Amino acid sequence: MSTSGPQKSLQRHPLAGWLMIAPAAVLIATFLIAPFILAFGYSFTNQRLISPNPTEFVGLRNFEQLIGVGTLVLSPETDDAGVVVRDDDGALQYPTVRSFTRANDDFPHLQGMQEWFGWNWGDDRVVVLARDLVFMKALTNTLIFVAVVAPVQSALALLLALMINQKLRGINIFRTIYFMPVVVSIVVVSLLWRFIYDGRNGLLNNLLEFLSFGLFQPIDWLGNPGTALWAIIAMSIWQAVGFHMVIWLSGLQTIPVSLYEAAEIEGANAWQKFRFVTWPGLRNTAVLIIVVITMQAFALFAQVDVMTNGGPVDSTQVLVFQAVQRGYEQQNIAGGSAISVILFVIVLTISLTQRYLTRER
Amino acid sequence: MAGLELKDIRKSYGNVEVIKGVDLSVEHGEFVVFVGPSGCGKSTLLRMIAGLEDITDGDLYIGDKRVNTTQPRDRGVAMVFQSYALYPHMSVYDNVGFGLRLKKMPKPERDKKIREAARILQMEELLERRPSQLSGGQRQRVAIGRAIVRNPDVFLFDEPLSNLDAALRGSMRMEISKLHNQLGATMIYVTHDQVEAMTLADKIVVLNAGIVQQIGSPLDLYNSPANLFVAGFIGSPKMNLIAVTASDATADTVTISGPALPSTTIPVATGHGIKPGDTITFGIRPHQLVRDEAGPLKGKVLLVEQLGNETIVNLDLPSGDQLVATLPGSAILHLGDTVTLGFDAKNAKLFDTNGDAVKPA
Repeated sequence: MSTSGPQKSLQRHPLAGWLMIAPAAVLIATFLIAPFILAFGYSFTNQRLISPNPTEFVGLRNFEQLIGVGTLVLSPETDDAGVVVRDDDGALQYPTVRSFTRANDDFPHLQGMQEWFGWNWGDDRVVVLARDLVFMKALTNTLIFVAVVAPVQSALALLLALMINQKLRGINIFRTIYFMPVVVSIVVVSLLWRFIYDGRNGLLNNLLEFLSFGLFQPIDWLGNPGTALWAIIAMSIWQAVGFHMVIWLSGLQTIPVSLYEAAEIEGANAWQKFRFVTWPGLRNTAVLIIVVITMQAFALFAQVDVMTNGGPVDSTQVLVFQAVQRGYEQQNIAGGSAISVILFVIVLTISLTQRYLTRER
Repeated sequence: MAGLELKDIRKSYGNVEVIKGVDLSVEHGEFVVFVGPSGCGKSTLLRMIAGLEDITDGDLYIGDKRVNTTQPRDRGVAMVFQSYALYPHMSVYDNVGFGLRLKKMPKPERDKKIREAARILQMEELLERRPSQLSGGQRQRVAIGRAIVRNPDVFLFDEPLSNLDAALRGSMRMEISKLHNQLGATMIYVTHDQVEAMTLADKIVVLNAGIVQQIGSPLDLYNSPANLFVAGFIGSPKMNLIAVTASDATADTVTISGPALPSTTIPVATGHGIKPGDTITFGIRPHQLVRDEAGPLKGKVLLVEQLGNETIVNLDLPSGDQLVATLPGSAILHLGDTVTLGFDAKNAKLFDTNGDAVKPA
């Protein structure tokens, strides 16, 4: 028997490599790839969570149901003489939207739709209808969430990173403080913030009252359709800003000190040093952070689930929350899957666009 | 255009003093080289002149203005870094013109200066490239160009050639020397390479452990080193330094002897302060040793380096000391051969018990 023995031959066995990646591969396949393929498949069926009926292929019906929109132009009501009718306040009278969307054979494509939003166009009123109003709300809320969180969180994280990148006594204390929310579970954070946002005795209300010498009237931040989404946005930015701060910091520390020194000798002030040395040096970091924040923001779920359950009046409905609610609470796996697929397409599109816009030129 | 004056310049980090009182005056247009081993404080001293390090104590004048607390950009200096410190995202053209752009110099004038610098450094064809597309020598050229366009009073070079290979170092050395003649500006150059110091400098400042060992022209330092450190540092191969005992001393001679050397009388200047019995150091340059069958130094050949025009021989003396001799031409020598060497007594250097040079006759 040779001294290089069994160990070596086992390592060189053609299957050794496959065996080593097997645990990770199995987990990824089971919990990532398989669900993805299943969701994709289910989104074209009428699959229910539990149902006595066999599953049927329904083509794109789930998607039509979700993203079906229509517009309706309503002309003011006129009397027999063709003169517009006004009510006692002088407001114009319009036919009800319902009369078009319920069993109206002249408008079969609007059948079952609900009014989403509308505006006045001269005397006419334009109404945008959606087949699935809750989904549309979830979609717009998600987009608002992403559009606010991505720039604000990345900018704030950069600002913090620039501040803690200085050689000051005790700077590590600040690094720790800023990073702390990241290591706390998002569910715990959400629960805590429910107390902070409490309408009667919440910390935020008390603080604002104290700072305004009692002038501030308490607000039920999470119970008010006008503030609930913004409350979740603010808390979400706070929670993950430390994580992105650390990534910015690692980017900052790859920029050689001599570049700053050269710029200083050449007469650059603090802003010019940031503009011409720091910012160009952070390019790759910036791309990474924007893409990561965008993806994380689209995946918003826990905060909504713990803090508001999508309410009040659907003002905090978001896509992932809708997908879960449909799939499990309404037992409509097909509908939930379709939402997931739509989310996937949106995130993929945005990521590819971001990568294209920030590509190396 | 200006000279420089350093008066008792000191630098401490906490309790550790790294520059221990440097006095130096540099005439306008002089080429001064700071040379010394790693960690001797030469780069720190240069960075203090540039304004990148605070001056703990003492006065620094550029021209006739005290600049201790002046911002780097207002000192009228330009610096070339060891790492080149080129802005990686800017073209060579923009790198060279960066300082001018910060000064808000009009574009046509800027363009003229950049092209003029490029012409001087023969890098016109590189202007559109990025630093990453350049070789080390080309990058250093760009870094020098960036210094030239600002037309500074004082050029500061921080080991600019140490990242280059030997051949390139040689040619860049010549170019820097040429540039100095062309521009007539004051230049301060830091290096640990004594060959660079000898070839470039009008005036060499030898530093060790934060203390100036000697200031003088290259030949002064070579011919009359002030102490053991300078004697060992300047010259290649190094001066042979052998411990001996002063067996006799008159007003203008010292007779030395030791295990390596039979009794030899060296003429010295009066007032040397050496007493019989002192342990002192005898020094002789390798070039000043000649083959002489009647000579006092006899040793076995340990190593022969044939350079063609000369032969460097390492000898093992019976005393255990080693001796290096540079013999003219291609001397035919074999390992183990016994070689006898002699020298002219007036070329010998003596260093007293403190390591300070004894004045020659």
